[in-house]
Amino acid sequence: MGIRVTDISKSYKNVKALKGITFDVKEGELFGLIGPDGAGKTTLFRILTTLLFSDEGEATVAGYDVVLDYKDIRQSVGYMPGKFSLYQDLTVEENLNFFATIFGTTIEENYDLIKDIYIQIEPFKKRRAGQLSGGMKQKLALSCALIHKPKVLFLDEPTTGVDPVSRKEFWEMLKRLQKKGITILVSTPYMDEAALCDRIALIQDGGILEIDTPESIVHKFPKALYNIGANNMYQLIRSLNNYEHLYSVYPFGEFVHYADKRPAFNIADLAQYLDAQGLKSFSIEPTKPTIEDTFMELAKK
Amino acid sequence: MKENNVIEAEELTKEFGAFTAVNAISFEVKKGEIFGFLGANGAGKTTAMKMLIGISKPSSGKAKVAGFDVYAQAESIKKNIGYMSQKFALYDDLTVKENITFFGGIYGLSRARIKEKTKHLIMELGLDGIADQLVGSLPLGWKQKLSFSVSLLHEPKIVFLDEPTGGVDPITRRQFWEMIYKSANQGTTIFVTTHYMDEAEYCDRVSIMVDGRIEALDTPKKLKAQFNVDNMNDVFLKLARG
Repeated sequence: MGIRVTDISKSYKNVKALKGITFDVKEGELFGLIGPDGAGKTTLFRILTTLLFSDEGEATVAGYDVVLDYKDIRQSVGYMPGKFSLYQDLTVEENLNFFATIFGTTIEENYDLIKDIYIQIEPFKKRRAGQLSGGMKQKLALSCALIHKPKVLFLDEPTTGVDPVSRKEFWEMLKRLQKKGITILVSTPYMDEAALCDRIALIQDGGILEIDTPESIVHKFPKALYNIGANNMYQLIRSLNNYEHLYSVYPFGEFVHYADKRPAFNIADLAQYLDAQGLKSFSIEPTKPTIEDTFMELAKK
Repeated sequence: MKENNVIEAEELTKEFGAFTAVNAISFEVKKGEIFGFLGANGAGKTTAMKMLIGISKPSSGKAKVAGFDVYAQAESIKKNIGYMSQKFALYDDLTVKENITFFGGIYGLSRARIKEKTKHLIMELGLDGIADQLVGSLPLGWKQKLSFSVSLLHEPKIVFLDEPTGGVDPITRRQFWEMIYKSANQGTTIFVTTHYMDEAEYCDRVSIMVDGRIEALDTPKKLKAQFNVDNMNDVFLKLARG
């Protein structure tokens, strides 16, 4: 009864935006679509919210077919598009009232659901939406998407361009909404947010690379991984890229993540090589792969 | 201005009416340094950056960028810095080559120099097959890499990057940072804002703005030690949440 997507494809002129993708979201699940710009996330959202027809395939949302039952879907889903789409010249309160009225309800009737979120912007309820800060706009958009008590909530990159503090608060809000029984499909380009979902689909170039829980996805990384640090990051990456046994090297925070081709990798060998390359005060320590490591590994194929 | 400094700001302030967007910030950025300029949305980063690139006049305080004064020599600053942002990068309805030619012209490069730069750039970025395609048809990651290269066409001493990697896939994001390392290694100063905290760790030093003030400024390593946490995300959360 959550979301069911079967073999959905969609093309624009000569671009294949979605290439036959299939997945299910269980009722009450917090499901993440993780992928960069241009992966096809927004196209999928538009198909599932009945704003766009797919070329091929079928999909149901809350048990309704996206083509045949589009009116029922519109009544039972909330959608927060990536681009701020509320009325800029209506006030905070007017926007919320407008969306409540459109859906035949009132702010009072469902106030419980939005209270946590709305209370933070209520002091500014007479301010025009266009004059709100990014974080406040985001909270208002979420309130408007929730005001008719939807069964399924679609959030298209709600945290893009948002600072880490507000991102964290936003995800805490999502967790609370999930507890109230709402199914949530959320997309994000931030891999660290993926760990907060029940299950995730990694998506790139219109195809799904993998679907699983965040913990299981991480286990799909095929190699042992090492944190390597050195005095000069640029030289370190260059040296490792020229190393004959290199499998992959990517910067990760203050270290690079290095994987070796050989099954029996010898740290001392590499240390000797780095020393010969003139690198100083370097360190090589085993580390655990992250979702981002796995994503890059799968995306390479 | 000290010889090795590319930016010097002292008590730099911007007020909008009763609201102080940037509150007396002071810092220096050295030649060839990768300097991360962090802060929550609304902390004052954009306003501060606008003053440094010569498009917004400070209310008070002093600042010099690439040797020029932000009050008296704003035009010289514009000519001597590179700038790229996520929002404004290249013209979608010009081709790759046309964009390079256009920006080369804007920065006052000679025709011969533009020709040479175009050839070099297209080769280095591996864009040979698509040099005559409209930029609008390129994937975001390619656009951002091209845009960065274009911001360096006139070989500025310093380049300002405003959230250059937002929404870019993780592999391209790292290729982008390798380009940053390379230019820094060649002596270009990099001034960068980002919301990716792992990228904050790639910087030589970072400053974190909270409510118009710089509340922390040091190497990522020292900041992590100072706040007793093991990543920059936690440094940021501790500072910005107060």
